[in-house]
This record gives sequence, structure tokens and C-alpha cells, in this order.
Amino acid sequence: MADKKDTIPATLTDEQRRKVLLGMAAAPALMVPGVSFGNAQFPTAKVNTTKLAVTDTEVIVGQLHSATGTMAISETGSIQAEQLAIDQINAMGGILGRKIKVIKEDGASDWPTFAEKSKKLLVNDRVACVFGCWTSASRKAVLPVFEKENGLLYYPTFYEGLEQSKNVIYTGQEATQQIIWGLDWAAKEKSAKTYFLVGSDYIWPRTSMKIARKHIETVGKLGKVVGEEYYPLGHTNFNSLINKIKVAKPDVIFVTVVGGSNVAFYKQLKAAGITGAKQFLLTLSVTEDEMLGVGGENFAGFYSSMKYFQTLDNPNNKAFVEAFKKAYGPKSVIGDVTQAGYLGPWLWKAAVEKAGSFDVDKVVAASPGIELKTAPEGYVKVHENHHLWSKARIAQGQPDGTFKVVAESADLIEPNPFPKGYQ
Amino acid sequence: MDAFKNWVARSGMGSILILALLIMVVFPLTMDIFRLNLVGKYLTYAFVAVGLVMLWGYGGILSLGQGVFFGLGGYMMAMFLKLEASDPEATKIQSTPGIPDFMDWNQLTELPIWWQPFHSFSFTVLAVVAVPMILAFIVSFAMFKRRVGGVYFAIITQAVALILTVLIIGQQGYTGGVNGITDLKTLMGWDIRDDSSKYVLYFVNAGLLIGVILLCRWIQMSKLGTLLLAMRDKEDRVRFSGYDVSMFKVFAFVLAAGISAIGGAMFTLQVGFMSPSFVGIVPSIEMVIFAAVGGRMSLVGAVYGALLVNFGKTYFSESAPDLWLFLMAALFIGVVLAFPNGLAGLYESHVKPWLSRRKSSPPAPSMEAPASSAHTPKTAPESSLPKGVQGQSA
Repeated sequence: MADKKDTIPATLTDEQRRKVLLGMAAAPALMVPGVSFGNAQFPTAKVNTTKLAVTDTEVIVGQLHSATGTMAISETGSIQAEQLAIDQINAMGGILGRKIKVIKEDGASDWPTFAEKSKKLLVNDRVACVFGCWTSASRKAVLPVFEKENGLLYYPTFYEGLEQSKNVIYTGQEATQQIIWGLDWAAKEKSAKTYFLVGSDYIWPRTSMKIARKHIETVGKLGKVVGEEYYPLGHTNFNSLINKIKVAKPDVIFVTVVGGSNVAFYKQLKAAGITGAKQFLLTLSVTEDEMLGVGGENFAGFYSSMKYFQTLDNPNNKAFVEAFKKAYGPKSVIGDVTQAGYLGPWLWKAAVEKAGSFDVDKVVAASPGIELKTAPEGYVKVHENHHLWSKARIAQGQPDGTFKVVAESADLIEPNPFPKGYQ
Repeated sequence: MDAFKNWVARSGMGSILILALLIMVVFPLTMDIFRLNLVGKYLTYAFVAVGLVMLWGYGGILSLGQGVFFGLGGYMMAMFLKLEASDPEATKIQSTPGIPDFMDWNQLTELPIWWQPFHSFSFTVLAVVAVPMILAFIVSFAMFKRRVGGVYFAIITQAVALILTVLIIGQQGYTGGVNGITDLKTLMGWDIRDDSSKYVLYFVNAGLLIGVILLCRWIQMSKLGTLLLAMRDKEDRVRFSGYDVSMFKVFAFVLAAGISAIGGAMFTLQVGFMSPSFVGIVPSIEMVIFAAVGGRMSLVGAVYGALLVNFGKTYFSESAPDLWLFLMAALFIGVVLAFPNGLAGLYESHVKPWLSRRKSSPPAPSMEAPASSAHTPKTAPESSLPKGVQGQSA
């Protein structure tokens, strides 16, 4: 199982390895490939005082995503990106002279299973850290385990905020980072005054819409909310919603519909004549991954607010996209969460090297202030609250299913998981 | 002495004793606390499977909605624990301190009135058993009095499971929605996440399970058990003999519901959270599979079935994360094809004849097989089976 992963040769060509190394030149590059002088410098007894699975030559980490079940389609990208980052780190010589070995567990889209597997990884396998989880529900299920066993989780998904744990580093955006700048942009660019909010019915859309409504009506004074509707997960019949939208004639439709519902939602909008040419629509929940299901022709002209798009034009991202496609095929796509997943191992590496130790407490203490200049999204930095400073971007869907980035925040946006005035 | 021996054999006490020995002594001695806690979790499913033996095996009523009662029991225990975890001090970061965090996220500003009684532990314990039984009574009374049975009843139980799932997910401000009720810490000040408390909870759970099995065994051996069997085989004859068939069915359903609810409450205590994924149709059907694998006529078989299936699930998913669902499917299909009567049936058809062939050598007490008649329920005493089950965990 895990051994199999370990023996996979680094899937990098020499040219790519050079690129990665070049890209990584800015990061504290302690290791030279193939040389393990690090072990003399970092004896196991010193870098591991809490009985983690760290030996002289390797360090074991866990990976906990849904490889099966309804969430598998979304989480596969994160699994692949994390594995890619780990392979690249190993190709560079690993961390503190130790190769990373992965124990992969399947959460099976089932929250109690996530809890069971996280306990197994932390208690039985004593992994140094875990990359994993995707839905809020799975994170909520494992959180008590990580806090009790003092584990370390790198969580890749954009989510609703309202949480901050010593034992979690959140590499995706919390809600305000995705919403506020996007709404301001829409208000300015499109002179929007009326907003119609649509979401799936669970905690992330509910919280996001609460923040959006506060921003539109009170804090940002952008205009007025003319409708707010929620539909169960997996809902596929949006006819009544479309009628309500036609009556309300909003300047902006603001959408947090997730998963399979997206497909039906955009197809039916198009069938009803609500297309990108006539209607401004901004969503927080369509990445390149969802686009595969929705289809470019149904989403063309609509806008998505994320921190990362596959088409971002910078050298880091070019190298990343190339390596990803090399490893997982030319047809593979990279969405926002996939990129955030890729950041996890690199952020952990930087923190471990800064701490000079694998001990969770020391890595956690070293984490705030960690920078990643090689991130595909550009530049990120870990905040004291364990979220990332990152930019916000708006991109427009194209008929061929890609995104064209049309706007980018000038500065990094500070993460604020407990936003004052938005509660 | 002979009378006692006969009683032991007839009552299946030997097999229950061996099961008790296995889960109360062998498992705790051979497993670390992590694995033992997992076994504890599996044993909470065994409650449901035992309930199904009474309901389906004996009563002949197939319910595909037992997750409802498991879930209700679990949710009510979770409500009590959540209220205890949400004291104003621990939740001072919220806009309304002192209420559960998910209520705060959903803009609730005070505790709903029906949450209030769950501040009391004694009320919670009572409600854990009583509420599911009352619900079961209402559903089954309405159905059985109208002589709705068989497939139609199974469909209705599925509908109830679906309704409850939709309700829990939809009313997330009151129930925690898809996330469920998480982050449970203490039971009346006692930290349920400690290793020592996990041991205590495991033994309480195992003790309750054995207690429930004894209760069910007692019912099976009473006139009531005989009537249930008679009703299953020839319902009309029992009715014509003057018995109120529907009320016996209601009894079996209510009993199974109460037992499942105890399992649910113990699940919450041992796992530390409750979510709607235990209430719906899929988990309910899975629970029927536990009983089917174990053998639907055997109380102890049901426990072994729950253990085997869940050990398999954990083992396969740990060793083959990409393939494990196929391996599970193979296990189900294999068991059902090879042993239509489950593991207990395997014992009856293969192990027992083999044992009686060897009878010339001194037999162990529990191997004194009863002369089985139509009315003597068959149970699965110990055999090579528990070793096989244990082997799965390695």
C-alpha cells in the first residue's frame, strides 16, 4: 500500500527537475539531491521528540481524502496535487535529509470514516502531518481528533471560515477572501445595485451568503438583495428559481451552488435564455473541475471568483501546469482547490526547515510568516490565524471551458475567519 | 446436573457465554486502545443487527429503516453532550455565547425550546430509549393495524429514513445539518476522549450488548417468541387462533427500535460525534446486511456479522484504498451465495455435523448441540469463526 507509493520513481524529467529547482531557489534550499548530510546535522533524536514516524532516512505523512464515493470526483485533484508536490520534494532530496513516504487513507465521502482514518493515521501510524479533507463536514469530523492527538492537518478547500485551530493550516480561502473583493468589483465594474443570492443548502453557502448580504446591504452599501434561495445538495430542477430570477431582474446573480447541481443549474439557465451575454453572474463554486461537468458552452460569459485559475500567466504556474499534465495526462485540469492542495507539502516543508524539527508544536510555531514565492498562484504567506494571505481573482468562462482572468486584487487579502460586522 | 446441561444447550447460553468472553476478555487483552475503540464502534452496530434478528428473523418483518432509530438515539445523546460542550466560556467567540456553534453559524440567537430538556442527563437517557420507541409505535401501529406488511412495510420504513435525513439536513440551524453534531468532549465533566474513558465506555457497551442479547434470548424462549415465529410462518393461523397479530408485530418493531437506539447512543459516546450519514437509507440497508451475513435467526451470529463486515471494511480500506469497495462487494456476494443462512447457517450445516462425527472424543460443554425442532431457534455457538473474525483485524 504505502510502499507502492514510495517506490514510484519521481515522475520528473531532468528538464522539469531543473525548473522545480530553479523555482525553489528562493525557498530555504538546505538539501542537495542525493546527499544526506542533513542527518548528521539533524539527528532523529533531535528533530523528533514526540515519537512521530520519523527515521534517519524517511518521514511518514498521511493523506486523507475521498478516493471513493460522491466526493471522489472533487478530491482527486487534491490527491494528485499533493502527491506531485511530495514527489517533487523527494526529488530535491526530501525534508531535513529525509524522504517523504505517504500513507494514503480513503475517507470514502463518509464523515465518520474520516474520523476513524484520521485517528488511525495519528495514533497508529504516528504520521508527522496529514494532507487532507475537502468538505467542511469531513474537516469538522476530524478536527476533534487532530486537537486531541495534537496532529497537523493541511486543509486545501476554500471554506466558510468561523474556525481557527492550532492543529490546522488552511491553504484555501476563508469566505471573506473570496466574497468581498469580488462583490466590490462587480459593483464597480457593472454598476450593480440589485443582487440575487442562490446557494446549495449547507453551511458553506449559508455562511457565504450571510457575509455577502451583510456586505451588500450594510458594510459595503452596494445596493440591495432582491432574492435569496437555497436548494438541497444534488437538487436538479431550477425552473421555479429561474422564474423568480426573471421576475426580480437582478443586476447580479451571486451563486454558491455546488457539486452535481451545477450542471443542471447552468444548463437550465441557458435553456431559459439567461446567458452570459445578457446577465451578469458571479459564482464562488465553479472551478476548472466543475467546468468539465457544466460545459464551457453553458458557462460562457459568466464569472467565477477564486484565487487561482489554470490560465494564470506567471512562470511558477507554467511550470506547475506542465508538471501536473506530465504526471496526470494532458487532459487533466487544475482547479482552485487542486492548487491549494499543492501548496500544503511545500508550506509544511518550509515550516519544518524553519523549525529544524518535525515536532508538531514546533512546526506550528514556525508556520506564521512562512512565505512561498514559488506558489503557482503567485505569492502566499501564512497568517497568525493559520490561513493564507492571498490575492482574489475574477475570471470569465470561455466557450472552450477555460477561464480568462479579467481582474486581480492589487494586494494580498488578509484572511479573517471571524469577520467583525459580518456575524 | 443433566437438567442444567440441557437448559444450557437449549437456551444457547454456551454461545452467548463464548461471545461475552470474546468481547469482554479476549479483545481487550489482545488489542490496543485504538483497535478496541473501533471494535466498540462495530459493536454499536451489532445492537441494530440484534434488533433485526428479533424483527426480521423472528417476526418476519423486514425493516430497511433501522438507521432512523440508531440515529435518533445517537442524536439525542449528542444533543446532551453538545450542550455540555457549549458552555458560555468555551463559546465566547460566538455572537451568542452558550449555544451550540452550528446554531450560531445559522443565526439562531437562543436555544430552541425542544433542546432545553437535554440539559438533563436523566431525561436524555430516558429519551434515548423512549423517543425512538414511541416513533416506532406510531409508525408500526398505523401500518400493522391496516395490515400493511412485507415489501410495502419495508418501503415505508425507507421513506421514514429518507424523511428524517432530509429533515436533519434541511434544518441545519437546529440539527447541525450535513456536518452533524461534532466536537463532543465531556459527559458530566468526564472527558470521553481519554484512553481510560474509552476502556470504560467499551465495557459498558459490551455489557449492554450482552444484556440485550440475554433479554432477546429470554423473549425468544418465552411463549411470545414462539408466537412470533408462528406468526412469521403462518400469520393467518395465529390470527384465527384469536391472537392480535398486529400488536405482536408492533411489539417486535418497538423492541428493535429501542435496541437500535441504545446502540446509537453508545456510538455517539465512543466516536464523539453523530451525523446524518447514519440515519439514511444506505446505512439502514448496511445494517440489514450485518444481520444477513451473521445469519438472521441467530442473535450471536448477528454480532459476528457486524464485526466481520466492519473488520472487513476497515481492513480492506486500509490495505487497498482504491479497491476496497469491490472487495466488500465480493465479501457480501460471496457470503450470500455460499452461505444463504449466514455465518450461523454455516455453523449449522458444516461445523455441527463435523463436531457430531467427532463426538466419540470428549466434547466441550457448548458443543452439546440441541436436538433441533422447528421451534427451537438456532444459534451459532463458538467455532473456528471468532478466530476467523479476529484474523480479519490483524
